[in-house]
Amino acid sequence: MYTEKVMDHFEHPRNVGEIKDPSGMGTVGNAKCGDIMRIYLDIDENQIIRDVKFKTFGCGAAVATSSMATELVKGKSVTEAMKVTNQAVMEALDGLPPVKVHCSLLAEEAIHAALWDYAQKNGVDIEGLKQPKSDISEQDEDEDY
Amino acid sequence: MNKRIYLDNAATTKTRPEVVEAMLPYFTQYYGNPSSVYDFSEPVKEALAQAREIIAGSIGAKAREVYFTGGGSESDNWAIKATADAYQSKGRHIITSKVEHHAVLHTCEYLERQGFEVTYLDVDEYGVVKLDELKKAIRPDTILISIMFANNEVGTIEPIREIGEIAKEHGVLFHTDAVQAYGHLPIHVDDYHIDMMSASGHKVNGPKGVGFLYIRTGVKIRSLIHGGAQERKRRAGTENVPGIVGLGKAAQLAMEDMERRARHESGLRDYLMARVMEEVPYTRVNGHRTSRLPNNVNFAFQFIEGESLLILLDGKGICGSSGSACTSGSLDPSHVLLAIGLPHEIAHGSLRLTLSEENTKEEMDFVVDSIKEIVQRLRDMSPLYEDFMKNRK
Repeated sequence: MYTEKVMDHFEHPRNVGEIKDPSGMGTVGNAKCGDIMRIYLDIDENQIIRDVKFKTFGCGAAVATSSMATELVKGKSVTEAMKVTNQAVMEALDGLPPVKVHCSLLAEEAIHAALWDYAQKNGVDIEGLKQPKSDISEQDEDEDY
Repeated sequence: MNKRIYLDNAATTKTRPEVVEAMLPYFTQYYGNPSSVYDFSEPVKEALAQAREIIAGSIGAKAREVYFTGGGSESDNWAIKATADAYQSKGRHIITSKVEHHAVLHTCEYLERQGFEVTYLDVDEYGVVKLDELKKAIRPDTILISIMFANNEVGTIEPIREIGEIAKEHGVLFHTDAVQAYGHLPIHVDDYHIDMMSASGHKVNGPKGVGFLYIRTGVKIRSLIHGGAQERKRRAGTENVPGIVGLGKAAQLAMEDMERRARHESGLRDYLMARVMEEVPYTRVNGHRTSRLPNNVNFAFQFIEGESLLILLDGKGICGSSGSACTSGSLDPSHVLLAIGLPHEIAHGSLRLTLSEENTKEEMDFVVDSIKEIVQRLRDMSPLYEDFMKNRK
């Protein structure tokens, strides 16, 4: 079902944990749909992401996309981090099953939510960053059976 | 690679070697079409008759009341659609429950789109259909009550005798989906006032793709599949002879040692359940405590999601299943877990384990140790658990 990379990031997730007094923190998703992601960022005075941690409640793909997203933004500037899209996360994982694409959207949104929190607290403007939605969900369209 | 520990017998079971052996001659030796007139087909006809006798005997029915089908889903579809078709001049109201298998629920939803009315009965927190609600739901135009014998997810056994009595009293037909119960629990169609009953071969160590529908004499039933005179002109298509022979053999074996098997499975299940409940905090057991299938246990682990749990258990060679949304391909967790009143986030953390006679106590110990380790690992990365622990302080 999952690629080797997804399995690797699910079974050995990178950057799991919390950061005390983070520069920014964001939580997205909802328990009703079965996915919640929380990202903690530690950002230095040059707007470089020094450290990043995550916690995720969700399926294998949700954990793997969180893990990969943290890897992709670590050490980057906040503007570079904005370029880590769900597409980039998916590519880095060698793809996701179609029903799991929303997990990668959630990962992108979680990073944005943490950046938004940082931008709000520090009064900085990050190009292209909009207030994130707290909830990402795709509605299945049921066909007649 | 670890040794495989298979705990998903509600999904499917291992075909018993004796069953495979019984089937084999009907592929290469006795391959004649049972509808043909020549001598070559005689042993094939006899084999079908014998399987039908075994099945009928196993539920207290007559052989002519047993119709072979392509499995449990077909039997459910047939019973409900054909009853709706044959009895619509009497009425267009059907009663079922919220915890049925989708083979029943989706069939009822289909009929609603054809102008039938369906009442979906609530269940209590254990998954038991409420009998007073059933009585209240019956109307003059009610033509069918369809309630499962035992639930496939939480294992709860429904009060089938009482439901059958209520149906009989009101002159309403009673169908039961006994796919999970047949061969695991004693069933007698007269004692329980069952008019129609669905069962499947591969849930009782028989082959896949074969099942049967019991239809009581006198029940008007239309064909679902047209095109031939097989099954008393009610189910067209050349009979799945090897499958039917296998089903007969599986039924015979299941009946012979039902009690011993149930004792073995429920003994291990109770041991597993007790250890998990004692050693894994923030866990609940879903379904009825005593009135449940002997081999079923269904847990809900708070703060974690079921698919993650299944994948990590799979990594240890353990096969289970979950009612989480991620395992169903939709965003909603199992309708059964929601019907017994679980909040979404707890329903997402469910784990169903269904045992077989081959499981051992050593396996149960390994499974509990694995569950403990994996649940804690997933909780350690769960924001829900983090918030819960912080709020507790």
